[in-house]
Amino acid sequence: MQRKLPLLTPENRAFWQGGADGQLLIHRCRACNRWFHPPAPVCPTCNSLDVGPESVSGRGTVVSFTINHQAWTPDLSEPYVIAIVELDEQPALRFLTNIVDSPVNEIAIGMRVSVTFLQCEDVWLPQFRKEAA
Amino acid sequence: MSTIGAAITGIGQSEIARPSSRSAMQLTVDAALAAMGDAGLTAADIDGVACWPGDNDNGNPFSPVGPLALKSVLGIETSWYGGGYEAPGPLAAVIHAAMAVAAGICNHVLVFRTITESSARQTDRTASSLANKTQGRDSSYFWQWYTPFDVRSAVNIIATYAQSHFHKYGTTSEQLGWIPVTLRDHAARNPNAIYRKPMTIDDYLASRMISTPLRMLDCDVHCDASTAIIVSRADAARDLRNPPIRIEAMGSALSQPWSWDQISLTEMATADVGRMLWSRTDYKPTDVDTAQLYDGFSILTLMWLEGLGFCPRGAGGEFVAGGKRIALDGELPLNTNGGQLSGGRTHGLGYVHEACTQLWGRADGRQIRKQDVAVCSGGGGPLGGALLLVKE
Repeated sequence: MQRKLPLLTPENRAFWQGGADGQLLIHRCRACNRWFHPPAPVCPTCNSLDVGPESVSGRGTVVSFTINHQAWTPDLSEPYVIAIVELDEQPALRFLTNIVDSPVNEIAIGMRVSVTFLQCEDVWLPQFRKEAA
Repeated sequence: MSTIGAAITGIGQSEIARPSSRSAMQLTVDAALAAMGDAGLTAADIDGVACWPGDNDNGNPFSPVGPLALKSVLGIETSWYGGGYEAPGPLAAVIHAAMAVAAGICNHVLVFRTITESSARQTDRTASSLANKTQGRDSSYFWQWYTPFDVRSAVNIIATYAQSHFHKYGTTSEQLGWIPVTLRDHAARNPNAIYRKPMTIDDYLASRMISTPLRMLDCDVHCDASTAIIVSRADAARDLRNPPIRIEAMGSALSQPWSWDQISLTEMATADVGRMLWSRTDYKPTDVDTAQLYDGFSILTLMWLEGLGFCPRGAGGEFVAGGKRIALDGELPLNTNGGQLSGGRTHGLGYVHEACTQLWGRADGRQIRKQDVAVCSGGGGPLGGALLLVKE
């Protein structure tokens, strides 16, 4: 089974397609300057409508992870790593993703990572890899 | 003393099978008739029907029967009915029923929950997979953020909660395993449980890793079953067959985003729910005779123990280790029918059924000694609700 991909909408398009230009785009409020995710047409902190996607550094920290060992469908190449990464831009600004290109037994909470994009059709999945020391 | 004014007056359950040869509707009718009969009521007395989540996905095995169908099949005339996924977890239908009663809309609400995930998996192993949540491209506000990254089951997300708890508090698999091991001992005394063969902590540690650190035996067991309860107005409950079990307090709060990756990874909704539950009663966690806490995955139960104040935050591993405290003769008998981990994934309402079974002294080989006060909880991640039940 291929990856299950999102339907693109005015709110999520920047997040899923920013990778075409090598950018991780996260929504930010221009009134209170807070970043937020998932993207939405309004700021969840101050309810300002002056919000939109902005480029972030793409650097962050693994706050939790799991190594999936279960062969849910034959096309999967387990083990693979599902992780939650917190971005450097703001505490608790985070999303679920994959950690790629590292042996699974090297993944740890606190590990420094940077974004890399996997293109699937018209979506660029923001995944992360271990940051070079 | 509670001001809700609602009480549970009857319970019923179909067979719990893996799989059942009975249809989803037949299982539902079995449970509903049993619950009405237990309360001493007939369909003519019922004026409300509630279900979580209800049939909102074309007969999906996660919830193949909704309130409208059951109302029609039983010929119930309702003043109110309701279902829907967007509510505080698997106990939401009980909370809604209590609201309907408290609002003066209903006298007796039939609350039910049917699940046929075992049958579904006979033909499709991925029947309960998250990847099947939507057809084609995922347009849902929340699920689209997980499934593209090959989250194929809830276990993948719950496993990140477990990893977080292990990391923050030093919880270990050797501690966590005592939840499934102890619950298997309870299931061994329950003739209706799916898995009854005793197991040890070594069996647990040897079981297959699914998504680190969660193993096969940390996951609940699919089944086909239906559970029903009757929620009655307090003054309409007194003359019925059973001593009313008062809904003393409810917890349904969520102060965090409704998103599985944005919520507190070590508390989920449990702390919000726990704070609300205990703020609305004079009872304390130490007054509770039995806890029936959601165990879709073992780590969720551990977090409920903490969130509901049965042990300090982060001390859940220590609390369950060795199994003594949570055993049938322990200080807090936990999931006394074997829970969903060994008893079967009745998904929520099974906890209420078992709590009432214990409070009414009907639990035979697994009966606990003191039987006045019970706590039930349902849900993981952003889904969470809890009930404090007191026998009158």
